[in-house]
Formats: sequence, structure tokens, C-alpha cells
Amino acid sequence: MSTVTQTSAGQAAVKTAFGMGRTVRLGLSRIGYETKIYFRQTDTLFFTFLFPVIMLTIFSVAFQGLGNVGVNADGTGGISQAAAYLPGMIAAGILLSGVQNLGVDIATERSDGTLKRLGGTPLPVLSYFFGKMGQVFATSILQIALLLLVAVVAFGVQLPTDPAKWMTFVWVYLLGIATSAILGIAISRLPRTGKSATAVIIPPVLILQFISGVYLQFSLLPNWLQTVASIFPLKWIAQGMRAVFLPESFASAEPGGGWDLGAVAVALLIWLIAGLVICRVTFRWIRKDS
Amino acid sequence: MPRSVRRRLLLAGDQRQHGVMTSNDIAVSVQNLTKTYGAFAALKGVTFDIERGETFALLGPNGAGKSTTIEILEGYRDRSTGDVRVLGVDPQHGGLPWKAKLGIVLQSSGESGNVTVREQLTQFAGMYPNSRDVNEVIAAIGLEEKANTRIKNLSGGQQRRVDVGLGVIGRPEVLFLDEPTTGFDPEARRQFWELIRSLKREGTTILLTTHYLDEAAQLSDRAAVVAGGKLVDIGPVGSLGSAEARIPIVRWRENGIVREQRAADPGAVVAALVARLGEPAELEVVRPSLEDIYLELVTEENAEAEARVAANQAETIKLITENEIA
Repeated sequence: MSTVTQTSAGQAAVKTAFGMGRTVRLGLSRIGYETKIYFRQTDTLFFTFLFPVIMLTIFSVAFQGLGNVGVNADGTGGISQAAAYLPGMIAAGILLSGVQNLGVDIATERSDGTLKRLGGTPLPVLSYFFGKMGQVFATSILQIALLLLVAVVAFGVQLPTDPAKWMTFVWVYLLGIATSAILGIAISRLPRTGKSATAVIIPPVLILQFISGVYLQFSLLPNWLQTVASIFPLKWIAQGMRAVFLPESFASAEPGGGWDLGAVAVALLIWLIAGLVICRVTFRWIRKDS
Repeated sequence: MPRSVRRRLLLAGDQRQHGVMTSNDIAVSVQNLTKTYGAFAALKGVTFDIERGETFALLGPNGAGKSTTIEILEGYRDRSTGDVRVLGVDPQHGGLPWKAKLGIVLQSSGESGNVTVREQLTQFAGMYPNSRDVNEVIAAIGLEEKANTRIKNLSGGQQRRVDVGLGVIGRPEVLFLDEPTTGFDPEARRQFWELIRSLKREGTTILLTTHYLDEAAQLSDRAAVVAGGKLVDIGPVGSLGSAEARIPIVRWRENGIVREQRAADPGAVVAALVARLGEPAELEVVRPSLEDIYLELVTEENAEAEARVAANQAETIKLITENEIA
């Protein structure tokens, strides 16, 4: 009788010791660790962190001569090239920080033995995910802050003053970055080796940027290409960011004739849930041989 | 399998049946373990137990099945058949509380290493309920001066010491070491041996695979020799090999020819020689080294395997010929 009580008490102790509190604590500790490593890798720093800032600068400078975008017939109004590119670059940054960064990072960790080592420790998979997502979160906020700073200081872009616009920014950002991070974890299964990771993940991410209204104005694309792009999340993140940073007069240029934020929310939620299911089903510390 | 081995294995089985060893005394239990990859049988029925607090070495040539065995025990690979328990748990279903009691040093690691030795050990220490002090571990692996160096900037041997440090940081009950001292210089190896002895004194159960027989002799209470996916011998290192294999050799030169004689009583042989020849030229009495015994064990198994392959081929040829005639 006493042994039974002891055992159940022991089990309860084990349950508490290895419960959700520990998972969260370890997850938080991994955020700092992962973020530190992120900023020590010069290649990711360039290709995911600084890339949107560099592209914004290049496009803004290169197309300055073309004058403002969305000018009225009488030559007044419109916004600068930098202001026109800013929402797309923020959206691209969200995609790069999540999908590209985590896709390559986790594929590399799977192939170089990092995940195998972690798989032999009592680290919960969830804590590992928290660490990665926290790192994505922290780095992408810094990235957007840098983008806004460059846009305002170097190119004189006017940021929205309406609090409602910033509320939109907050939820589009949160939904966008969560979806992007989860999809990054999901896509990391695809590359067979760490060496092929960048070759497998960067091309589709780059193509998405071209067809989703980041580098090319979305309304200029043929209808069928718009339809293809609408399947993927980047188009919706970019649309949401345009709703925040472009004047209301630009809404009519959207394919649906408006910002259509409801569709943005639905599309991103579907991708987020699909990504969570894929991660839950496919994530393994190592490829077991049987 | 040499007869002596079979006897010892049977004895172990008898003890279990009669309840001499209880499950509490046994940290690792492996029964008739097999592992096949397609048509290739990497393990063909391996059986051994490791008692709590024991240091146990797995010896054997490359490809013998050492790493497959240890990775099945660590939960990284699934077995094909047989039964395996580590601390009473089937590794295929080992949860986090189970993993918290293990320390694992894998055979190779190629992590990018963008963290310092101290940062990495601190991060891993946080995962265990009862971890060791980070500074103590840094001292034990002899990396005090490199504590704030990024791991990628360390030498291969120093990185290996970090691996060992990460394996012991959680104060494991069972420590797995897969070729831990590869790339160590002699001093680092001595230091590592000292570390393992101190872990043993604390009661840690240790399973180690190694190519260095002196290491097995220095550290392990018992060793098993694996060859061709089978256990060819098991026992205290000093008792490995058949009794015949450990008989000393008396060697001398007579009439210009080197002669040798295996004798359980070399003194008597030498006395007889002296009586017959006076002082024998180039006289020596050699006890077969662990290396000699090990090589004999492994070669025996290889020869048997080759014989089996040859027999199979002969059989196949015979069948083909018969078919052709028919």
C-alpha cells in the first residue's frame, strides 16, 4: 500500500518536474541562446537580416528618377519610391526571418548533429520550437525597426500616424511572423543535407518575393500569376502591410479593389494551422533508419 | 564462439533465472538483440548485462556493430528483434525523465560551434534537474583557459573534450561514450581516464566503446568483444580470450633457428632448456598482450565468417550447376 502511494507521489513529482513550466523556462532560455548564435553567423546576417534593407535602398535609389508613385493627373500627390517599396520589404523581411532563416538553420542543425545531440537530452521539442520562434521574433522586430529607420531617415518616408493603422500592423505582423516561423520549421524537412539547404530553400522564397508584390507591383502581374501568388502567404502579408503603410487612395489599385484585411487574416490563419499540423506530424530530432 | 564464452554466457543466464541479480542491480540489459538493414544483419543476437556502477567496454573492429548497439541503447535507433532495457526503460519509448538520467557522447559531432565552451555547458546544464557546476566540468575537461573561446575555434581534441563535458554535465546515472578519446593527445587521454575514474567513484554506470585496448584495460571492469555483429567474448579484461590464447610463449634460438614453445609452466621449460643447452641464446618468455588476444578473437570470427561465405557460395554454385544439368 505504502509503495503504491510512494510511486504515485513519485510520478506526480516527475510530472511537475517535467511539466509545462519547465518547457517554458527552457524555451525562454533558448531564445537568448538562439538569438546570440543568429547574430554570430555572418551569412544569415547578410542574407536574411540585412537583405530587405539593402534591397529597399537599391530600389529607392535606382527608381528615384522615375518620380513619385500614384501621382494624380494634375501632377500632385503620390508617394516616393521608398514609401512605395517599404511595405513589400517589411513583408519580405518577415518571410526571410521565418521561412528562409529557420528552414536553412534547422536543416543544417539536423545534418551537422546539433539535433541529434539535443535529441539525447531532456530538452522538450516544444522548448526548442519556442527558442527558434523567439529568435525569429526578436530578429525580425529589429529588422523592421531598421527598415523603418532607413526609410524615415534616409528617404524621408512619412509613417502612418493613425493608431488604427498601427493596430493593423501589430496583428498582421504577429500573424505573419508566426506563420512564417512555423512554415520555416516545416520546410526544414525538405533538404536532404545541410549543404543543399540554401539551394533548396532560397529559390522558392525568392520566386515568391517576385510574384507576391515585393519587388514588382502586384497589380501589374497577369491575373493567372496573381492567382498563383494568392495561394501562398507572402502575398497576404504584403497586402496587409500595404494597408498599413500606403495611403487610402492606393486601396483601389488592389486586385479586389480594397485592402481586404479579412481575407488576409483568413489566408494567414489557414497557413499557420497547416504549418502547425505539418510540424507536429513530421518533426523528428533525427531521421530514424527504421 | 569459443567454448569458454558460451559457458560464461550460460552462467549469466542461470543467475538471472535464479534471481541472484535483481533488476535493481542491472543498469543496462540486452537480450538477443538483432538489427538488420535490409538484407544486412548488423547485429545477430547480442546478449549482455551491465550492473549499476560498472564500467563496461565494447571492443571490436570497425563495422562490428559497436555503434549500432550503443545507439539502440541511447534510443537513436530501433532494434529489429530482442529486448533492451536501460534503467528499466525500453529506449524506444524513453521519455524526458529517462533522458535526464543519461549522458551521451556521440561518436562524431560537426556542429558549427558559434558559442563559447562556457555558454554551451551552461545552456545544457539548464536542461537537467540536478546538473553539475559548469566551472567544475570545465576544470575536469581541462579547458579553463579556453572557457570563453568559441567551440569552432578549438582543436579537434579540445572539441571532443567539450563533447565529454556535455555528456557529464547532467550528472548522469548511465553514461554512454562512443569512442570518446579519438583525437586526444596522450596527456588529454590520461586526464580523461582520471575523469572517468572519478565518475565511477560516484557510482556512474559507464558504457564505452573504444579502439584503444589499453583504455579498456585501464578503465573497464568488464569488456565484451564484438565482431561481425556477434559477441565473441565477454568478461573482465584480464580474462578475455580462450585459456590457450593466454598461455605464455617461450622463445629462444637454437642452431641458428628461432624456436618457440607455448607452455603453461614456462619456468620449467626454461629450466629444461638450460639443462640441455646451457644459457639459451635470445631467450624470452612472452605473455600474449591484450592486443594479441583481441586480434585472435576477432580474426577467429572473421575466418568463420569467411568460411560461411565460401560455403554459401559453394552451395549456390552447386545449385546452379544442378539446375543447369536439369
